[in-house]
Amino acid sequence: MALPARSTSSLIASLLLALSLPLAAEQTSEEAIAEYHAMFGDENPAELWQLRGEELWKTPRGPREVSLEACDLGKGPGVITGAYAELPRWFEDTGKVQDLESRLVTCMTTLQGLPESEVFAIKFGDGERKSDLEALTAYVVAASRGSRISIPLDHPAEKAAYALGESVFFYRAGPHDFACATCHSESGKRIRLQTLPQLTTKEGAQAAYTRWPAYRVSQGELRTMEWRLQDCFRQQRLPQLKYGSDVAIGLTLYLARKAEGGEMVAPSIKR
Amino acid sequence: MKTLESSRCRKMLLAVACAAPMGLAAAEPTDATRDITAIMKSAFEDKRQATLDRLDQDETQKLCTEARDQALPAVVAKKIAEINLATVKPPADGQYLGDWQNGEVIANTGTGLQSSDDPAKPNGGNCYACHELSPTEMAYGTLGPSLKHYGKLRGQDPAVLAYAWSMVYNSNSYAPCSNMPRFGHRGILTEQQLKDVMAFLFDPASPVNQ
Ligand code: HEC
Ligand code: HEC
Repeated sequence: MALPARSTSSLIASLLLALSLPLAAEQTSEEAIAEYHAMFGDENPAELWQLRGEELWKTPRGPREVSLEACDLGKGPGVITGAYAELPRWFEDTGKVQDLESRLVTCMTTLQGLPESEVFAIKFGDGERKSDLEALTAYVVAASRGSRISIPLDHPAEKAAYALGESVFFYRAGPHDFACATCHSESGKRIRLQTLPQLTTKEGAQAAYTRWPAYRVSQGELRTMEWRLQDCFRQQRLPQLKYGSDVAIGLTLYLARKAEGGEMVAPSIKR
Repeated sequence: MKTLESSRCRKMLLAVACAAPMGLAAAEPTDATRDITAIMKSAFEDKRQATLDRLDQDETQKLCTEARDQALPAVVAKKIAEINLATVKPPADGQYLGDWQNGEVIANTGTGLQSSDDPAKPNGGNCYACHELSPTEMAYGTLGPSLKHYGKLRGQDPAVLAYAWSMVYNSNSYAPCSNMPRFGHRGILTEQQLKDVMAFLFDPASPVNQ
């Protein structure tokens, strides 16, 4: 995983540039990404988050001074290869269906003994204030590149979480009557120039799900699925989605299952 | 509702000519769906003006949620249209058309009512998010039909104005479970703002009609 120093510093340079890259409003999502690649080639600033995440994963931290290398993400303690492609899933020890982010919180609080308030201090990074959860997520997700999404829904709690996610997807509420389905259940539609992925079909869900988490050029930050969902709820004019809530996990499981069989390429680059 | 079939069904709504589709099974309440509103409320928290009561559904939202992405049974479509048509208030002074220039600003403004928006500023209508309007504005979305040359093509017959007013005041009056917000009924836009977007659609001087 460790990158040679030269590559890291050129990455940092491109990240700094990317932070100030003005995205023209009169551009489709695809044009914005094409312009980004034209300027920076294939370099993906997400690697900076991955590197920091790797360090956070391997460094003994918290009152117990242990690393996260004993954290079980579903494929056994410390196994990260392919783990993200099989999440969210049921965990015996917590008795819950968990996504990667909420599972990381479990490991940080139980293994390392970090207080929840500290783990949640920065859920979503903002410039200098970097989020450990985003960095760790980037590191773990990158270890699923090339793995195929597999969500068998074997456990009854997984089936229930899927059903909840599906109900939420169609739940219309708020002053604008929006549901996820309003913007994401037809193919080839746009909001202004932003292409709307159709998330109810296999192809649409795979194209979207396999590319999240992503480095967002418009924000200069790496964003996880928890971020994506709470930001779509914000656009729906709804209140703040709680991090790791059953609704967040149910929706993620619903989308992952729709994307079954897709090959993970995240962290990717997004508008 | 999005299928061609359902939009055809809606167009014929006034004649109540669309047949109920066979496939729409009444959703069996499961653990996950029994009290979805309560589950939603426990998974969210107030953020500035976006408070938990926004998760409560009115009858229209409930019926449209149940239908998911299936065609609406005719009886349900009719019921939704009736409930919503009854809410439409014509302009107090009988004048449908305000200031198209202000209407253009409203059509271009996407902010309003999000937790991240300044509640002191007027809400936008964000018509361009879903509609083509002025032929020179290329950054338009496609969730709704093109409204280019809207007034030029239709004229200003009172029935034409009244229909368009109903659509912007409460889209569900003629298009049950529309993806278009119910701007007047839900208090997104004020009466004056509705008149201004109407002028943007109908005024011969508006860019929409050039
Ligand atoms: C008002 C319209 C709207 C609503 C409602 C909405 N979204 Fe989105 N969604 C968007 C836009 C716009 C994007 C970004 C597209 C882009 O960046 O090009 C997006 C992106 C996404 C993505 C990432 C797709 C990708 O390929 O990058 C996912 C996943 C997603 N939304 C899920 C949801 C879910 C789940 C809900 C319901 C909680 C929801 N959305 C509600 C407009 C909406
Ligand atoms: C989220 C998407 C969305 C937004 C935002 C939106 N509309 Fe619509 N609009 C639609 C859809 C979809 C229809 C078609 C009705 C249907 O089948 O649901 C429509 C239909 C209409 C019609 C009726 C067209 C006809 O002659 O039958 C008018 C007029 C209209 N919209 C005006 C507006 C105006 C003005 C605004 C801004 C204040 C606006 N719309 C914002 C989605 C939207």
